Amino acid sequence: QNDGYRTLSLSGHVGFGSLPDQLVKKSIKQGFCFNILCIGETGSGKSTLINSLFNTNFDDSVSTHFLPSVRLRAHTYELQEKSVLLKLTVVNTVGFGDQINKRDSYQPIVDYIDAQFESYLQEELKIKRSLFSYHDTRIHVCLYFISPTGHSLKALDLLTMKILDSKVNIIPIISKADSISKTELQKFKNKIMSELVSNGVQIYQFPADDETVSKINTVMNGHLPFAVVGSVEEVKIGDKMVRARQYPWGIVQVENENHCDFVKLREMLICTNMEDLREQTHARHYELYRRCRLEEMGFRDVGPENKPVSLQEAYEAKRHEFYLELQRKEEELRQQFVQRVKEKEAILKEAEQQVQTNFEHHMLKHQEVKLKLEKKKKILEDEIAMFIEKKANAELLQSQASVSTPVSLKRDKDRK
Amino acid sequence: PHTGPVESKNEAAMSELVPEPRQKPVVPMKPMGINANLLGYIGIDTIIEQMRKKTMKTGFDFNIMVVGQSGLGKSTLVNTLFKSQVSRKSSGWNREEKIPKTVEIKAIGHVIEEGGVKMKLTVIDTPGFGDQINNENCWEPIEKYINEQYEKFLKEEVNIARKKRIPDTRVHCCLYFISPTGHSLRPLDLEFMKHLSKVVNIIPVIAKADTMTLEEKTEFKQRVRKELEVNGIEFYPQKEFDEDLEDKTENDKIRQESMPFAVVGSDKEYQVNGKRVLGRKTPWGIIEVENLTHCEFALLRDFVIRTHLQDLKEVTHNIHYETYRAKRLNDNGGLPPMTAETEENHESNL
Repeated sequence: QNDGYRTLSLSGHVGFGSLPDQLVKKSIKQGFCFNILCIGETGSGKSTLINSLFNTNFDDSVSTHFLPSVRLRAHTYELQEKSVLLKLTVVNTVGFGDQINKRDSYQPIVDYIDAQFESYLQEELKIKRSLFSYHDTRIHVCLYFISPTGHSLKALDLLTMKILDSKVNIIPIISKADSISKTELQKFKNKIMSELVSNGVQIYQFPADDETVSKINTVMNGHLPFAVVGSVEEVKIGDKMVRARQYPWGIVQVENENHCDFVKLREMLICTNMEDLREQTHARHYELYRRCRLEEMGFRDVGPENKPVSLQEAYEAKRHEFYLELQRKEEELRQQFVQRVKEKEAILKEAEQQVQTNFEHHMLKHQEVKLKLEKKKKILEDEIAMFIEKKANAELLQSQASVSTPVSLKRDKDRK
Repeated sequence: PHTGPVESKNEAAMSELVPEPRQKPVVPMKPMGINANLLGYIGIDTIIEQMRKKTMKTGFDFNIMVVGQSGLGKSTLVNTLFKSQVSRKSSGWNREEKIPKTVEIKAIGHVIEEGGVKMKLTVIDTPGFGDQINNENCWEPIEKYINEQYEKFLKEEVNIARKKRIPDTRVHCCLYFISPTGHSLRPLDLEFMKHLSKVVNIIPVIAKADTMTLEEKTEFKQRVRKELEVNGIEFYPQKEFDEDLEDKTENDKIRQESMPFAVVGSDKEYQVNGKRVLGRKTPWGIIEVENLTHCEFALLRDFVIRTHLQDLKEVTHNIHYETYRAKRLNDNGGLPPMTAETEENHESNL
């Protein structure tokens, strides 16, 4: 690690030992984000457990069993303890395990987790970005609620956890653990852990590399999955009000370590490993997502012939590709336009033809009718001519008749 | 949606306007009343401890650059600041060495530890600055070096498979040494600070302050401050990055009264009033370096190391680096890619 660096000793007090304090002071000012995803069947006690963990009553209504598909519901709360401000987001799965066919149950969950990673990635890739004020919505821990059947994991549990183990830190918990007896519980836990191992599911391991916490973390790793009980009601025990569930046969105290592992869960989740959970999410799960996504987009660290590709070349290549695509689309549109124009022209031409044909047809008709009429006219004129001739003939005959008896007519006329 | 990190239309349009060089950090929203009432102790505040432990484990990088003409006491001051022989003069270099013909950049790295905190300190010296007859553009190699460190970091950041912890060689703080003439700033001082205050945190320091009396010191400081203001030089802590009222009041006091710090450096110890103190012995008395009535070294040390160390790093990362990155991604070919030759050249100096 210290290659080329000399180690020096200080001859006096310099003061950079306050550096962690400076860092902490800044972080407090900015506030912290913590995002929990709860996966479990409807009625498995998710909301109750979160209420118990954070010792408050978050407003969350009960949901029905009859939803057609799995949905996720996220709520953000601002909690403050002493000077620490925590932006807590709790994401619940609604309708998980309720459908008859559960094949696609995990998909909305995977999509949600990926969407948060994508959102962060997009911010990181921006040219003008503001990562230091970005509200981190990536899921830091997934509490997987196992039904207290006492036998083994359900097929849906294994499937879901297997798919999620490379995307999020999974902490499996047995909920409503007050329905299992102590002996059954240990067997159940062992069975679950062995099933997880044999199926290659990688759940979150509490880190054991820091001496101060390694001991307690290793011990806790052996208690997984935590068997928890949650409660919103309080019962008076002795002279204190404690969270508990009251049965006719006794009272189950949530914070009693003999009764359930609730305290262990709270200890591990919040007091010891919250920062590590956040770091694992960023350094491992997010990096994996980023790598896959960038490779998907076509970026490579190493080009052909295994020479490292510089950022500039990658961007140039992408830009070139983009412009080519743009040009292609432009050309396509242009072709379409030309085509359309041609078609329109053809239609218009045809219409023109049609009109022309009609016109000629009408002209012809007009000619025919005209001819007919002329013929008729001719016939009539002929008849008139004949008639005149006849008339003329008739008059001639009459005049001839009057000429042959003109004296007698005259004598008669004189006599008279 | 675009299939790659190509600027959106809006950003393409924005790059045609003069890009805003620095973005003011958004003030984080203060809680508008507590949403949920905590009915008991949970342990959320333990995250502070968790974070502190984590940072102590990973350790810190800090890179400080000293710029100033030869003989102003840069190396001595840096040694005094970090109470160990961190300057290049102490790591095997000859005091009688000739002044180089051009500005050289020499970076020496050390690991020091205090109170469980491990720090990788790199001191970057710039011998040859301002020492030539013609000093035109002598800040260019320095600006180039600073940008090269940003480039290195950027290259690592855009890799597909990234390192878990990207080594940080970016210059977090640049101490600029002003000659104690007692008159005003020199043109070279102004030129340097004008150019470099845009890419790095500059802390102006009046060197060898034991040559001025108290009155001369106060007057000189006032004049320097005025000149810096008139020339629009924003030294660290920059006014535009004050995050809230608390920061502003604290930083205003430093900006308007204390800076530029008039310092004296020494790595020799003398006995004064029964105590061993760092100082300079003269016929007329011993100048105690850490005595606030003698000089302002202690103020500088507290400012840089004890209160603002983390902030120096953050401003470098969140503002200067982001500015560089935005410009670089926008230009997309404006800056020539680093050739193998230039890379090699600098490796030999580190």
